[in-house]
Amino acid sequence: MLKLERRKEPSKFMLYVTPFVAVVLTMLAGLLLFLLLGKAPVQAITLIYFTPLTSIFSLTELAVKATPLILIAIGLSFGFRAGIWNIGAEGQFIMGAVCGGAVALALYEVQGIWVLPLMCVAGIIGGMLWAAIPAYLRIRFNANEILVSLMLVYVATLLLSILVHGVLRDPDGHNFPESRLFHDSATLPILIENTRAHLGIIVTLVVVVIAWVFVQRHIIGFQIKALGDAPRAAKFAGFSENRIIWLCFLTSGALAGLAGLFEAAGPVGQLVPALPVGYGFTAIIVAFLGRLNPIGIFLGGLLMALTYIGGEGAQIAMSLPSATTSVFQGMLLFFLLATDILINFRFRWISKKPDSLEPAPVSLQQAE
Amino acid sequence: MKRLFGMIWVLGALALLAAPLVSTPAYAQKTKVGFVYVGPIGDHGWSYQHHQGLLELKKAFGDKVETTHVENVSEGPDAERVIQQLAQAGHNIIFTTSFGYMNPTLKVAKRFPNVKFEHSTGFKRSKNVSTYNIRFYEGRYVAGIVAGKMSKSNTIGYIASFPIPEVVMGINAAYLGAKSVNPDVKFKIVWVSTWFDPGKEADAAKALSDQGADVLFQHTDSPAAMKLAEQKNISAIGQASDMKAFGPNAQLTALVNNWGPYYVSRVKAAMDGSWKSTDTWGGIGQNMLNIAAWGSKVPADVAKLAEKARDDIASGKLHPFTGPLKKQDGSDFLKAGEVISDKDLSGMNFYVQGIDGKLPK
Repeated sequence: MLKLERRKEPSKFMLYVTPFVAVVLTMLAGLLLFLLLGKAPVQAITLIYFTPLTSIFSLTELAVKATPLILIAIGLSFGFRAGIWNIGAEGQFIMGAVCGGAVALALYEVQGIWVLPLMCVAGIIGGMLWAAIPAYLRIRFNANEILVSLMLVYVATLLLSILVHGVLRDPDGHNFPESRLFHDSATLPILIENTRAHLGIIVTLVVVVIAWVFVQRHIIGFQIKALGDAPRAAKFAGFSENRIIWLCFLTSGALAGLAGLFEAAGPVGQLVPALPVGYGFTAIIVAFLGRLNPIGIFLGGLLMALTYIGGEGAQIAMSLPSATTSVFQGMLLFFLLATDILINFRFRWISKKPDSLEPAPVSLQQAE
Repeated sequence: MKRLFGMIWVLGALALLAAPLVSTPAYAQKTKVGFVYVGPIGDHGWSYQHHQGLLELKKAFGDKVETTHVENVSEGPDAERVIQQLAQAGHNIIFTTSFGYMNPTLKVAKRFPNVKFEHSTGFKRSKNVSTYNIRFYEGRYVAGIVAGKMSKSNTIGYIASFPIPEVVMGINAAYLGAKSVNPDVKFKIVWVSTWFDPGKEADAAKALSDQGADVLFQHTDSPAAMKLAEQKNISAIGQASDMKAFGPNAQLTALVNNWGPYYVSRVKAAMDGSWKSTDTWGGIGQNMLNIAAWGSKVPADVAKLAEKARDDIASGKLHPFTGPLKKQDGSDFLKAGEVISDKDLSGMNFYVQGIDGKLPK
């Protein structure tokens, strides 16, 4: 008989292994799905998971797509560790793009090497200010930061819409709601010619390393963890909860804002109403997929990006419906959550004994 | 027992892995045509209708063409990658079918000078990028006549998406059509800030019906408003494709986008080498916009009136925007007998006189 048994302590091994198990299970389920759909299953899985890794173009696209996901998820992971829930990274992403983009448009006539750094600063400040609202309301009025940050996403989306319909609209654009294209010195330098791989990718790598050092080595990294794991103990130890709330919100706001600016000044090159495509929400998944660990988030972001790009490739090559991508992402999460049970529990084979008439609760106790 | 299950699992997995790999046969000199859709094909509106064009293309050329389509491509950062992937995969001509694909299309086109691009509803062209669009306003004027005649409450509801010229000219044309047959007609307009969101569209339709509107127009892509009109026993005008299936009693008519003939002619041009970058803006007269069969509610005299307008527009005898015409604020726009220029039309950002409410900016 198969028994589920509680572990004495959570398994470190399983904590890191289950994401990979989830990926493999997703592939197997995918094979079954494609078989039922009457599509060549192996070819479909290959197209989604492996083909994007075989050309320079799709590899760069993978990096372009993963960049905002990783940046935002790293920012969010600090708060999530401390039990502070910033759900509104999408809004902070938009505000970063708006503020940085506004600088680019204000300096439309001006070229200069300092334009881009200025835009980055504006983007970071934009994201931070937007994140400061839920942080302040939480501290001052104990308002629920989940609701406040989430609601502010809609405000930011509409604000972007108002601006590109109004003051930031391209004067030569037939009244269509989009800004001018940013000029060259307001656009992120391209790393590899004829691709969209931009400087933001390098910055993201640096952020991953810094975040990793911070979490592992810095006292504040420890305080954040302590606040999440044992809030009362953290308070007794004299850690200021308010300070951590500010820190977490401002960090995630800054990184989300930077991601937004990178998106506007990189792949898109202008402000458009369709700029936000849900990275702020997908990044929440990436953060948990990566176990709130910077290196894990880096891998999780790449995996998530892979499913997007592979899904498109499968659409082009095999006319699979676009819902394939969503189904795969959904399955991945489902399997991750399902296999997470292995962290705290383990399976054990218990051979049927003759005296198995014994009441079940007792055997459970024994197992513990 | 568990052993047995284990065996089944292993065998199943092996069977899956061993499933035959369908290899792509080599195509000899086929023209590869790519399409990028903003919505799902199943929206029964905008993207659905483009897909009908793709199917027509297949019918016309048989195995001389190979078509590919990618649906649900957002107008943000993903569009450029999808277009580039299609170009890299060896497509000879690529149709990008939403306004937001304009700059991405141009960027990719620069990198692939030998691939031909066709962008729908935009205004920027280059040596290998054409633009094409339909004069939807012509159909809205005709539908406006039907709506103005059929409304008992003299209130017509309009579900609008974004305040861009395309949508604004549609509202104005529908109003002018309705006004031409019913001087008391009023328009109520709801902006939903989306092209496709059945939930929001249905909410807007309900709000309009609650405010007394008994004919609904929409400039969004799903049949949600049509369904609601059917439920509420009021009328509606189908958008982009014939929505009769969703409102057998409600639909007065529908404005059907007919992209097929254009796609056939452009792919043909790409095949025989006569393709050039062009700007096409065709309407009823060019068979790019069709008016669906009148609904059962529409009496013969109303149908006759609308058909006359339809035929006059097709022949060029009538233009929906002909002076005298004033803007909403009362300032002069067109002198008596003056016909609007295409340039003014494609940048239209004001309501004509008689429409209430403020145009969002």
